Amino acid sequence: MRKFVLLAGLALMWLAAQATAYEIEDRRSFGPDGASRTLRIISTGDASLFEPILTSFLQSEPNLRIDYVVASSTQLSRAIHEDGAVMDVALSSAMDLQTKLVNDGYALPHRSNATSSLPTWARWRDHLFAFTQEPAAIVLNRAAFDGLPMPRTRQDLIALMRANPDRFEGRVGTYDVRQSGLGYLFATQDARSSETYWRLTEVMGGLGVKLYCCSGLMIDDVVTGDLAVAYNVLGSYAQARPEETQIEVLLPEDFTTVMLRTAFIPASSELPDIAGRFIDHLVTRQWDNAPGLSQVFEGAELTRDDQALRRIRLGPGLLVFLDGFKKQAFFEEWRSAVLQ
Amino acid sequence: MTGAVRKKGSIRRRLIIQLLGGAALLAILMFVVVRLYARDLAADSQDEILSASVTSILDAAAVRNGTLALDIPYSAFSMLGNVSDDRVFYTVTRNDAFVTGYQDLPTPQQGRISETRFRTATYRDVEIRMVTAARRLSIAGVPEVVEVTVAQTRDGLRQTLNEISRTVAMFGIGFFLLAAFLGVLAAQSAIGPLRQLAGSVSRRGPEDLRPVTARVPEEMAPLVAALNSFMSRLKASLTRSEDLIAEAAHRVRTPLATVRTQAEITLRRVDKPENRQAVREMIRAIDESSRAAGQLLDHAMVSFRSEHLETKGVDLCRLASDAVERLRPMADLRDIDIELTLPGEPQILRGDAILLQSALLNLLDNAIKYSPTDSTVRVVVSGDGTAGRVMIRDSGKGFALGELKTLTQRFVRGGNTSGVVGSGLGLTIADEVARAHGGSLKLENAKEGIGGCASLSFLLASR
Ligand SMILES: Nc1ncnc2c1ncn2[C@@H]1O[C@H](COP(=O)(O)OP(=O)(O)O)[C@@H](O)[C@H]1O
Ligand SMILES: [Mg+2]
Repeated sequence: MRKFVLLAGLALMWLAAQATAYEIEDRRSFGPDGASRTLRIISTGDASLFEPILTSFLQSEPNLRIDYVVASSTQLSRAIHEDGAVMDVALSSAMDLQTKLVNDGYALPHRSNATSSLPTWARWRDHLFAFTQEPAAIVLNRAAFDGLPMPRTRQDLIALMRANPDRFEGRVGTYDVRQSGLGYLFATQDARSSETYWRLTEVMGGLGVKLYCCSGLMIDDVVTGDLAVAYNVLGSYAQARPEETQIEVLLPEDFTTVMLRTAFIPASSELPDIAGRFIDHLVTRQWDNAPGLSQVFEGAELTRDDQALRRIRLGPGLLVFLDGFKKQAFFEEWRSAVLQ
Repeated sequence: MTGAVRKKGSIRRRLIIQLLGGAALLAILMFVVVRLYARDLAADSQDEILSASVTSILDAAAVRNGTLALDIPYSAFSMLGNVSDDRVFYTVTRNDAFVTGYQDLPTPQQGRISETRFRTATYRDVEIRMVTAARRLSIAGVPEVVEVTVAQTRDGLRQTLNEISRTVAMFGIGFFLLAAFLGVLAAQSAIGPLRQLAGSVSRRGPEDLRPVTARVPEEMAPLVAALNSFMSRLKASLTRSEDLIAEAAHRVRTPLATVRTQAEITLRRVDKPENRQAVREMIRAIDESSRAAGQLLDHAMVSFRSEHLETKGVDLCRLASDAVERLRPMADLRDIDIELTLPGEPQILRGDAILLQSALLNLLDNAIKYSPTDSTVRVVVSGDGTAGRVMIRDSGKGFALGELKTLTQRFVRGGNTSGVVGSGLGLTIADEVARAHGGSLKLENAKEGIGGCASLSFLLASR
């Protein structure tokens, strides 16, 4: 009896350790209660955003439950990389971290008709698959631009902000790249694309830029008018709120960085077959017509081709920005631009 | 006479097997060599791009504010991604102390600082290729060595190699098939002359012992020379025995004629019936012997003359009427009437008149011999412009159908000869003469079911 208590205690402690090793933001279950199998999905996307995808998948998989865990991209990476959490699918917008996990061997390969019909830029090594394209947008408060022409490029925005410092002082926002993986990804890609990024950052720094952790909060502040400009906001989140008429979503015409939301099957998966079918479901976009969802991914057709769109390339190039030295150097430069 | 030939192997099969074996060996050799070469090439190109990556990282290493700054260029890794989907690992050390990258990467190949070093190792259970280079920097006045290693898995290499292997294998198989096809052709043509020789020798008539004069390949010259000398020896011995027979027949015939004359004189002198009978028997036996000797002579002559055939225009009608005139006395003895039918036109063929005459005489002789007394023998000459024919028909018992094939052989006599004198050479002579002239002898029975019918056909000389 004492032995049993001891064992039970140990087991509980182990479970606790498992549960607390990485931080989760939300946890939801979908599917019938008595289902014999549970597909574990760890994702950086809100449950509400993914619900239509999950329920449409469950229709073709009776007897399956989905355990949907929401975590930040760094926590997701940590869960798989350090904690060895048992997960069947990992969905994330942080392409660099996803690439590194796959590169370092934490993923299982998956080949199917669905994945081989993807364009080559939407998959890497038969391990990592892109299933949405989401542009980094500039969200503007219409009222704040009253009497001014609406900017169409970064250069327009720089000129407007320089010409009207009073109007924009303390009313511009962007990601804190030190906190947000996605913000860092956008910033590094922007910096790679054009020097304009640094000029813009300096101008924003001069106006006392506010720093954010997430797109949602930035949009909220633009809606209320606390912010006149939010730079590098996930376009899909902004477009998901069409009721907010006081905001304008700008995809800059000089160049628009496009992030690919990607999925892979972690090596720890216990249901790789079902996980593979789930990935097929994601990439074939069978959920495209699910109500309320098309708006979220509007303008994100994987096949859309546009001169100004700069799709972030999957592949080892993304590893560069995860290098400690590189990151430090970038942070330094960014800080000196933002905190003058 | 043709005994079974004992066979051992086949030159053609052996040739084909050897050629196919050689082709297969060459195809495999080509596959292996090309694969090895392709492997080297692919490995070299991976080494090259890894070296370029290492160099670009090393170039970015700099001393800033007295510390090491290492701003890895985006292109350092993205260029690796351009070539293949292989996984990339790297590590940077400073005076052998880890700075950034993958700390657990296998230690690089040791060597001089100025050298680019290569190593193949296993990392996280997969094969990787590592390229390492170093550079001396002076940090805060102290010389230090910064070493960069970039490594890549070799999936792309393997895939390229598999593709090349597949292509080369296809080439190899194609090459083999082509070589096999050519090999079979070569084997076929190599034994071609042998087949030709065998064919031409076996198509020859039984008496044809001329040397082989067709051109043959060098390798077959000894065989043909041996064959020719064998045939000439055979021919010499045949000629000798034929000469002997002719000589013997001649020597027997002359004294026999004397004996016959004496026997006839004696027959006139003796009166006692039993003595007369004995002498008649004697004369019959003498006749038989001299006939046989005559036919032996004729046969020897036919053999000789048909080999050195001297051809002139000969009219079948004249030959037939001459033969009929010659044998009419003998037919009269048996009360046999000979009826000769000739066409309006002469039937000219090119040939040896003496031989043709001998053939006709033998056939007509048979017809008279094997007919009942007081009957008619019909001799019909006909022609259609290209072929001429002499048909000799009697009303005897005819040929026994079962014997037709053998009757033309030497000394073979039929089963219907009881009491009829003969040597079994008549049809042999007729047949040989016909064949020497490119014609044929045909034996059959008259339509009514009785009566032998022998006919000689020849191609006529074109006018
Ligand atoms: N006109 C014929 N009618 C029937 N049988 C014949 C006739 N001519 C030849 N034969 C048969 O063919 C055999 C061979 O003929 P041949 O060679 O002339 O020899 P031979 O007349 O000396 O017997 C004869 O023995 C005879 O049986
Ligand atoms: Mg005869």
